[in-house]
Amino acid sequence: MNRFAFLLRRPFELIPVLFGISLISFLLLQLTPGDPVRLLLGPKASEEAIALIRQRYGLDQPVVVQYLYYIKNLLGGDLGQSISFRSAIGPVLLQRIGPTVYLLVYGLTLSVLLTLLLGVSAARSRGGWVDQTIRLICVMGVGVPSYFVGLLLVLLFSLKFKVFPVSGYDKSALANLYHLFLPALTIAISVTPILTRNFRATLMAQMNAGYAIAALSKGVPEAQVFWRHVFWNSLLPTISLFGVVASFLIGGTVVIENVFNIPGLGLLLVRSVLSRDYLVVQGVTLVMAAGIVLSNLLIDVLMAALDPRIKT
Amino acid sequence: MTALTWLRREAPLSMTIGLGITLVWVLLAAFAPLLTPFDPIKIDAANALQPIGNGHLLGTDSVGRDLLARILYGARMDLLMAVAGVLGPFVLGTAIGLFAGSSGGWVDAVLMRILEVTISFPYFVLVIAIVSIMGPGLKSYIISLTIVNWVTYARLVRAETLVLTNADFILAARVLGYSRLRTMARHIFPNAIVPSAVFLMTDAVLTIVLGSSLGFLGLGVQPPTPEWGVMIAEGRTYLGSAWWISLCPGIALCSLAFGLSLVADGVAKVLDPEA
Repeated sequence: MNRFAFLLRRPFELIPVLFGISLISFLLLQLTPGDPVRLLLGPKASEEAIALIRQRYGLDQPVVVQYLYYIKNLLGGDLGQSISFRSAIGPVLLQRIGPTVYLLVYGLTLSVLLTLLLGVSAARSRGGWVDQTIRLICVMGVGVPSYFVGLLLVLLFSLKFKVFPVSGYDKSALANLYHLFLPALTIAISVTPILTRNFRATLMAQMNAGYAIAALSKGVPEAQVFWRHVFWNSLLPTISLFGVVASFLIGGTVVIENVFNIPGLGLLLVRSVLSRDYLVVQGVTLVMAAGIVLSNLLIDVLMAALDPRIKT
Repeated sequence: MTALTWLRREAPLSMTIGLGITLVWVLLAAFAPLLTPFDPIKIDAANALQPIGNGHLLGTDSVGRDLLARILYGARMDLLMAVAGVLGPFVLGTAIGLFAGSSGGWVDAVLMRILEVTISFPYFVLVIAIVSIMGPGLKSYIISLTIVNWVTYARLVRAETLVLTNADFILAARVLGYSRLRTMARHIFPNAIVPSAVFLMTDAVLTIVLGSSLGFLGLGVQPPTPEWGVMIAEGRTYLGSAWWISLCPGIALCSLAFGLSLVADGVAKVLDPEA
């Protein structure tokens, strides 16, 4: 059987998880205080208008039926109306996905580069002072809050040396390489310690694997064993770690978008919580959960493409 | 061997240092009123934005409150958030993990589905969503962390329970006639919680960062209560002119988190030397 056959099967396996996600989002909405319709229409709304909206979202029905209405609206792309934006939530969210995804990809790229550099340096100097220093940095890095790193970078590179902008987002993707450099670097600094620790450990373990020892005892130079075999074999376990990192990263962007004022989903989320725009909060949560599911699927595909042994 | 000699002779040096840092912060928090004459909440507009030194060791913030006093009192809140934020998930997660791992069958299957769905939400975002329903504050912080973070512990404990249930020494105990409950309580439980106890310390670091992030975003502890994340947020506007307002609580937070990470690293080395 083709090893990519699981790609056809996997979307169906995701159905229970997606069902669960929609159920939790629905529950979040059920638990919000106050009457959502009155909240939406304001105090001066007529009884007919309230009844109309109630009917449209099935709010006059039992909870189970309400859930079915919710699913039906969800599948039709209708996430409800935002109170503060006075418009449908779907388009508002779509508009905000771009900056967040850009920031995530940018930050992830930087952290992969940093991880490769630090992981390899640590493993090559095993036990030496470079290794010890990198280990210490990694232990410290976990406990440094990303928003504080962001503020330090702003203080240093924007206010003192005026190299990068304090905040902002540009229309063109190219200009954003510059505009979003500090936020992306902040993300990289918060994720790299986790990835580096793992990558270093894998490199060490692979260096002691049977095939590496066999190659060394045949007389293959150590550097060649490392770069030709050990390095490539160590990439896979680190890539599989990205699934865990994805959740961490998305949480990180929420904070970082607020530090740098980037008009993405994270900024929207926090503003909506503060303005009690519950439907938007729930919409962002839903989109981000879908993002995690999607990224896990991508990792599965990537792993299958890179490693022919994987049969899922 | 007493704990102190163990620390001196056997424990990794970094762990002893980490414990030292943590202990210092606990003492500073406990004796805050004795260490500073200033009130951490009372506004003193005449002394606003005083720089470091000048009668106020770490300067004052935009409404004239002594920063050192606010950092010392803030340590109470941040330490409390670390402990309270970790205990709920640990207790609930361990209980569910043990229950799922030992009962198996459909109970296990259902609990694992719930777990799977919970982890498909980004951790921090789900916490924010729950906080938005309950309103910010310590109570909603604890409840939301418990609802979201039990999964990590449950997964660790369940995996360990599954392995242990079929381990030779447990089978031997069962053959000797010990009841299910006794082997569970006396033999499986103490062994099964080791990985999650190791993770508990790492989690304390992550939790302290998370709690202060909520404070920073305005979704956690509410001003004027001193909390480090809140204080860092309050100094943002003055970053260019009065950088100490954000920087001092930030350094405090990093030092406590660093101490806790060293302890976590040490605990992992001692309890789980193979990893």
